[in-house]
Amino acid sequence: MSLARAIATGDLAELPSRRDEDWRWSDIRGLLRVLPSPSPVHEGPIPPGPFANMAAEVVEIINGQGPSVIELADGERRLVALRFFAAEPGAHASQLAITLGAKADLLLLESHEGRDAYVTEADLAITVGEDARLERLVLADEPEAAISVSSARVRLSPGGRFAQTVVTTGAKRQRIETRVEHAGGGATVRLDGLYRLAGRRHADITTVVVHAGPDGATDQLTKGVAADQARGVFQGRIEVARGSDRSEAHMGHHALVLSDRAEVDAKPELEIYADEVICSHGNSIGALDEDALFYARQRGLPEDAARALLTEAFLGEVIDRIEHEGAREVVRGFMAQAPA
Amino acid sequence: MLSINNLHVTVGDKAIIDGLTLDVPTGEVHAVMGPNGAGKSTLAFALAGRPGYDVTAGSVTLDGEDLLALSPDERAAKGVFLSFQYPVAIPGVSALVFLRTALNAQHKACGEAEVSAPDFLRLVRARASELKMDFDMLRRGLNVDFSGGEKKRMEILQMMILSPRLAVLDETDSGLDIDALRIVAEGVNAMRAPDRTMLVITHYQRLLEYIRPDRVHVLASGRIAQSGGPELALELERAGYDRYAA
Repeated sequence: MSLARAIATGDLAELPSRRDEDWRWSDIRGLLRVLPSPSPVHEGPIPPGPFANMAAEVVEIINGQGPSVIELADGERRLVALRFFAAEPGAHASQLAITLGAKADLLLLESHEGRDAYVTEADLAITVGEDARLERLVLADEPEAAISVSSARVRLSPGGRFAQTVVTTGAKRQRIETRVEHAGGGATVRLDGLYRLAGRRHADITTVVVHAGPDGATDQLTKGVAADQARGVFQGRIEVARGSDRSEAHMGHHALVLSDRAEVDAKPELEIYADEVICSHGNSIGALDEDALFYARQRGLPEDAARALLTEAFLGEVIDRIEHEGAREVVRGFMAQAPA
Repeated sequence: MLSINNLHVTVGDKAIIDGLTLDVPTGEVHAVMGPNGAGKSTLAFALAGRPGYDVTAGSVTLDGEDLLALSPDERAAKGVFLSFQYPVAIPGVSALVFLRTALNAQHKACGEAEVSAPDFLRLVRARASELKMDFDMLRRGLNVDFSGGEKKRMEILQMMILSPRLAVLDETDSGLDIDALRIVAEGVNAMRAPDRTMLVITHYQRLLEYIRPDRVHVLASGRIAQSGGPELALELERAGYDRYAA
């Protein structure tokens, strides 16, 4: 059952629905009485993307059409701007395999954008070879009428590094899912998320990390803001399998709810079956700190400016963890302009 | 001149300030002393306009202008500064960014030009060194992991940069060791000026050994119970506040 299968078969019964525990806060079936017709093949150029100034090699997947493989040889280094773009209303799905050979290094600047009301799923199968390094930024800047799912399965080899930051302003219904099979053996994962939601937008950041070998580390921090009638969802699960001894995993999710009608749902889960494991998780959902708000106003900041400053400061902690400086500043600019 | 007339303030349903009248002429430093629970911090917050501190009667004017009608940020732009007893930590905003944002917000509210980054840095460097503050500390999150003394120095630094017309210092001496107390007091003394009014709120007399006030007022049960010269502070230190008990 998946949105991609529903798009491929036209069978609405394949759509994820609230009856699936995993999708209970991100129901799609209730939203779609009919599936839109398949998106046409787009002709002509598309507007420049959020990472246009980063001197990256550009890979475009427009209306689901584009390359199906990105491959880095052993030791190869690349900077790729991967653009998923929905140029016309319609439904489309795409699959992409990304493979990093041993000691390869990829900075992947992925963006999801489009126009009007579309329905899309993008599936990525990512393999990070031994001692290879992938920093993946996922920036979702989608219209409020879009229904969008992106799902990445990441296989991380021993000694590898996978660092990810998902940054989103949401859509009508949006899920950004990452599943990591973590080999341990000195491999490390950073798995971060940021959402800033206004209007009636929805965003769901779902992650699953399975520590399948000993001596691996995972560090996870997601922060979000929901205003108006928006809804943020965070589901994070870390499993430390039997024998994955000396794993270390930390998960944090913290959200600000800025209006009575906004909502944030969170489900952090740790499942540990190994020994000598260091794990922690923290979750908080609340309003802006009134003491800090008054303090800033007492120093002369008008209320709106004080709220904006505190909100940006709250989200800034996640932005600061982005390793690539240029990408970090793109994200900072994007978040500063986001509504809410 | 700061003029407080028959002020009544409630917090929740509780009347805390109960008919307080006090005039502080421009250029003078007055101390407000009193036992715990007398309403000292409530007075400070009411002057700064903190939400939840409801003025039910009375007036507060600064040079004839009604402060109570203004929002906290409008009061700040008019030159009202409150040094907090418990300064708030703001992770993710460095002290430098916070202070520059505040300064420029006040300039904007007054129709003045923004301060350039180099001018601002020069100003902050000079004042921080007077307060014996480590400049690199100002690049960290505001008040995050600062000691009690560092937080109070940070308050005085902000006061120096924002250069208020009315400075209200709420228990600035609490949590300070003797060296920090001296440095903070020197900072306050350096701010004494003919066009600046200061209200120093304190429980103990020791701060007043360094900051010599023009007048001392005793706040008890929400109103001024006695006023006098600097010698009143010494008397309070000796005799305590018992005789003002309601």
